[in-house]
Amino acid sequence: MMPVWLTEREHATLVAACTRLIPADEDGPGAGMLGAPEYIDTLLGAFSFDPPRIWAGGPVSGRHGGPPGAFARFHRLNRLDELAWRTRIEGSQGLPERERNGPVVGLQERYRRGIEALGHDFAESPTEVQDDRLRRHQEFTDLLYRHTCEAVYGPPEYGGNLGGAGWRTIGFDGDVQPRGWSDAEVSGP
Amino acid sequence: MTLDAVVVGSGPGGAAAADVLTRAGWSIVVVEKGRNHLLDPEDLSRPATDFSNDEVKFLQRHFLGPDPLLEPRSFRTGVEDGDRLVVGDVNSVPSTVGGGGTHADGKVPRFREEDFRLLSTFGPQAGADVRDWPISYDELEPYYAEAERSIGVAGTAGANPFASWRSGGYPMPPGAPMYLATISAPAAERLGYHPYPAPTAANSVAYDGRPACNNCGFCSFFGCPIHAKGDPVALLTRVMATGRAELWAETFVSRIRWSGRRARGVDVIGPDGVERSVDARHVVVAGGAVETPRLLLLSGLEHDLIGRHLMVHFQTIAAGVLPVRLHGQRGRSVTHVHDDAIVGDQRAAAAAAEAGLPWIRGGMVEHGTPALPIMEAVLYPWGERHRQLMRDSPYRERLAALIMQGEDLAAPTNRVDLDPHVKDVRGFPVARVTYRGGRHELVASDHHGANLGAILGEMGAERISISTSPGVSARGGMSLAPESRHVMGTARMGDDPSTSVVDRWSRVHALDNVVIADSSVFVTSAGYGPTLTLVALAARAAAHLAGTELSPTGPEVSPGPG
Ligand SMILES: Cc1cc2nc3c(=O)[nH]c(=O)nc-3n(C[C@H](O)[C@H](O)[C@H](O)COP(=O)(O)OP(=O)(O)OC[C@H]3O[C@@H](n4cnc5c(N)ncnc54)[C@H](O)[C@@H]3O)c2cc1C
Ligand code: SF4
Repeated sequence: MMPVWLTEREHATLVAACTRLIPADEDGPGAGMLGAPEYIDTLLGAFSFDPPRIWAGGPVSGRHGGPPGAFARFHRLNRLDELAWRTRIEGSQGLPERERNGPVVGLQERYRRGIEALGHDFAESPTEVQDDRLRRHQEFTDLLYRHTCEAVYGPPEYGGNLGGAGWRTIGFDGDVQPRGWSDAEVSGP
Repeated sequence: MTLDAVVVGSGPGGAAAADVLTRAGWSIVVVEKGRNHLLDPEDLSRPATDFSNDEVKFLQRHFLGPDPLLEPRSFRTGVEDGDRLVVGDVNSVPSTVGGGGTHADGKVPRFREEDFRLLSTFGPQAGADVRDWPISYDELEPYYAEAERSIGVAGTAGANPFASWRSGGYPMPPGAPMYLATISAPAAERLGYHPYPAPTAANSVAYDGRPACNNCGFCSFFGCPIHAKGDPVALLTRVMATGRAELWAETFVSRIRWSGRRARGVDVIGPDGVERSVDARHVVVAGGAVETPRLLLLSGLEHDLIGRHLMVHFQTIAAGVLPVRLHGQRGRSVTHVHDDAIVGDQRAAAAAAEAGLPWIRGGMVEHGTPALPIMEAVLYPWGERHRQLMRDSPYRERLAALIMQGEDLAAPTNRVDLDPHVKDVRGFPVARVTYRGGRHELVASDHHGANLGAILGEMGAERISISTSPGVSARGGMSLAPESRHVMGTARMGDDPSTSVVDRWSRVHALDNVVIADSSVFVTSAGYGPTLTLVALAARAAAHLAGTELSPTGPEVSPGPG
């Protein structure tokens, strides 16, 4: 699938970077192959979807019973929510309504700059070089790591955690409504 | 047509007041600044389907609001910090239809008799403003019983030897204990403590047309997808079913309009951003203990005590790693608690004496374990060890936590006021919180923290650590702003208008037709979550307003175990 906001080159850098943050092992692929770059791309490009991909729907995903599809029906944003999320993603860009309490650097800009700082050859560099660069750009790496964790362990409807594979790597069941757990499963070992 | 009442805020307090008023035949509007994800937009007397087991939406993306970019708050520990230390998410409780009730996991104990007469039972403390309430537990008891029935509370009468007297049992038996509690409760008992099933506003059996909790595990911080949590969806669906109420969501009340001793109505800003005036015979303010004083101040009310005596439970958190997996993702977030730290003993008295304090009181101790993977993952370092840590899962699958919601004594310097510069998205000054724990809280936390650690040791936990919130620099780590969402006391109740903001019926001394229906009116914070008490008080205030008070019942059992 083509990225919606990242360039292909930026996407390739994120595949490599996310894989260093949560590397592959015998239990499964690394975050780069578990949809983390797609999660980030979907967030950065949330407003190219209608409704914007900010809040997934409810009440059940269909993974544990009930009809499928409800999580994929994203909520509409009202006027103020759109202002908040555009500010958070696109930055305040000098617009007075976005700068009430000062300018906000958007996620898009933080990603564009952060990816550039990792270097154009990042994806092809040896892993020690990659780790070293990630460590040197700690502020960006912290952001990227938080989003990578959200991607790998959050519902797949946000673009990451491909087919629930992120949950499977750690033996987590994900959302469980409407099945839930029995009292014996709650109280027993 | 002039409305009988405008209710500001649709959280547990506003919902409880609205329930009483509509049953009394009043026509009301409930105004809520947040979005509606609780009630079905097609039929507001039924619950909606927007809640889900989704850690991204609820914990990372402000689904229930407030979004700190739109409605920030500011914080400082004292005037020495200057105008503020931080701007953003300070102590926020959801801003949405249902307020904080939607995502609380609903431990709803009653206060004890002496919580209402702290000064006469224990005496004063230097640096704190310890007082008695103008009302007693006995006066509130019928409203406690009614609140437990109307939101649906599960529990066992008699299981807590320190409980206040009750006129009857709980409407439901307790739900299934979490696996952790089958380890922590016996360990606590071996050390002489008295754990019991937490009285919880989540259905253990089908109740009032809503299903039993099916233990989905996405509980604290999440809306319940099946509406097994009764607070406040039970109240609000009932309110809307009367046909006498309208719900205006996404609508901010910017001012109470008043002249002389009477409010005339409120000014509101709706989803379209347009400001208009609404006339009403009465105004019920239930914005929560931070937003309520903000609204009073925005309305130009002048009383030096508005916003003062902010109380926030001082949390003491002991955590340790167990050798066994606890699968905290199954079931509710807390199923057992104990009250021994509230009641105190010889050792607590000795600790107080040693610190030069007349007495100390702790709070209810919650036995819990974290449950969800994003929360956990961000705590581990990135790199080769990440996946193995997630599988061994010391923080999610094996961490046992004992959290004490410590009583916070009122102090006039802890307060909410209007930030001089920071504005919300609609252009109004935001609430500024000025807060610092006092000596009582620090000494109580030190003393009881060690006791909590000993229980973890008895459970076989390793790597035991003890921390507090708000953080205390020597112990480091946690933020200076208190994490507890139990906020109280910013429009204190009392008979004397010079030392209190509202009277014994929660009516603003200065305005005859305005009542406050949230925890702003609390005189003491007790060591218990405020919600059941504020629901009982809100119903009592509304009943007085509408002239439909419940008559007090006497104790069915003699004071003591109940
Ligand atoms: C994760 C979590 C767990 C919790 N667990 C417990 C627990 O176990 N036990 C317990 O007792 N408590 C618990 N609490 C606290 C509980 O949520 C609050 O005590 C409770 O929600 C307070 O109810 P309230 O009606 O006073 O205020 P709120 O619930 O804060 O509701 C106030 C509402 O008013 C609206 N509002 C405010 N100002 C305005 C305005 N000017 N115009 C229009 N609308 C306005 C707000 O948007 C909000 O929706 C928990 C809280 C959290 C966050
Ligand atoms: S654990 Fe029970 S009460 Fe909590 S959200 Fe799940 S079903 Fe609802």
